[in-house]
Amino acid sequence: MPDLGLEVLFKGKNMLRLLGGLGVALRISAISVLISLPLGILLGVLMTFKNPILKAILRVYLEIIRIMPQMVLLFLVYFGTTRAFGWDLPGETASIIVFVLWGTAEMSDLVRGALIAIPKHQYESSEALGMSRAQTYWYIIIPQTVRRLIPLSINLITRMIKTTSLVLMIGVVEVLKVSQQIIEANRMASPNAAFGIYLTVFMLYFLACWPINLLASCLEKKWK
Amino acid sequence: MAEPILTVDHLVKSYDGHTNILENVSFAVKPGEVIVVVGPSGCGKSTLLRCLNGLEPVQSGRVQLGGETIAYGGKNLQALRQRIGMVFQSYELFPHLTVLDNILLGPTKVQKRPKAEVQKEAEALLDRVGLLQKAKSYPRELSGGQKQRVAIVRALCMHPEILLFDEVTAALDPEMVREVLDVMLDLAREGKTMIIVTHEMQFARAVANRVLFLDGGRIVEEAAPAQFFDHPQTERAKKFLNTFTFDAVK
Repeated sequence: MPDLGLEVLFKGKNMLRLLGGLGVALRISAISVLISLPLGILLGVLMTFKNPILKAILRVYLEIIRIMPQMVLLFLVYFGTTRAFGWDLPGETASIIVFVLWGTAEMSDLVRGALIAIPKHQYESSEALGMSRAQTYWYIIIPQTVRRLIPLSINLITRMIKTTSLVLMIGVVEVLKVSQQIIEANRMASPNAAFGIYLTVFMLYFLACWPINLLASCLEKKWK
Repeated sequence: MAEPILTVDHLVKSYDGHTNILENVSFAVKPGEVIVVVGPSGCGKSTLLRCLNGLEPVQSGRVQLGGETIAYGGKNLQALRQRIGMVFQSYELFPHLTVLDNILLGPTKVQKRPKAEVQKEAEALLDRVGLLQKAKSYPRELSGGQKQRVAIVRALCMHPEILLFDEVTAALDPEMVREVLDVMLDLAREGKTMIIVTHEMQFARAVANRVLFLDGGRIVEEAAPAQFFDHPQTERAKKFLNTFTFDAVK
């Protein structure tokens, strides 16, 4: 049996520290999700409006955010804007700003897609029943959109959780950074710690995202 | 002579402002009448029905239901539409609702009628079209013919004064066409006022009080079914009717 370096986990408060790091990652993603989902819904609805100027602005926003790697966005906000505008931005706040910008853009595109996927005839057959615009949205369009959207947005949430592993690059001490610290501190005593610790990180991410994915496939099945 | 329920006056409709889809279409529908609209594809039949329900803006002319004008985006449009039932070619049931909820939605949410009463009526109607056992099913679990019968029940449950059918069997497999047409024949027998756009000529002949032959956006011929199918007056109607018959090759 090779030495997997798992014993490091039980040294001192290492396991608790890792869980704390996961807590930071989850906090960043939870706050970002809570802000970006409603914003994304709002922008997504706006994107389906016929106003060409509004459409162009939102399109540009979406494309810029999507083309840019998240790491570049993090650097831009954390290192760039703090120099240029002279404000003081903690790493965690910078991460939340970037994740909200990114999550909002992705979410708005999902909402737009779900909305335009509703056939025109669904609106017409509701109107033919004498429904008002508001009733049409409330009883027909929104329920169908939500059913399409929930699996997609859950997928986005897990992507956001996974992408928090980048924020260590701007000095936020989340689960991956904590593991580096633990591995570094035990380099001499347990040179194999890298395997055990990263394996644990893998398990932690898995435990965080898997239930969410299960929920998504459950809902998908229910609403098929 | 009874007053007409629905009158169409010099209706002109164009999608692009240059070519008219409907050119000066006028006719009136009396209570209990069944009007069948036939004509080649693209002659404006479906557009005509959509204009009757205010789903399309028109360039000029007027549609009136019991003396009130129906106009796209016009006032009272929601109230007027409740008095017109429409059944579409592609059924357009609401996929997220059960058959029963599809039917109940309009009467309970739009007309605010008591749910228990509407449900009783809906179940009776479903029973009549042979689909009571499907009340709790979702549209995706139904065949095309079943969906279309549900769509008819959904329209009927609103107690419309007039029913519009827009090629309701065109998307169906041949063996399912009959079950839908039988429901419509039944409604005609009962004295429902209907405007039916269809390509089923035998059915048109059986169900119609009057046939409107539409070509190039105009009513080219308007006659009783026997007259129209046996002795069409215009060359265009003759040519159109000929496309439904085949000469033997052996």
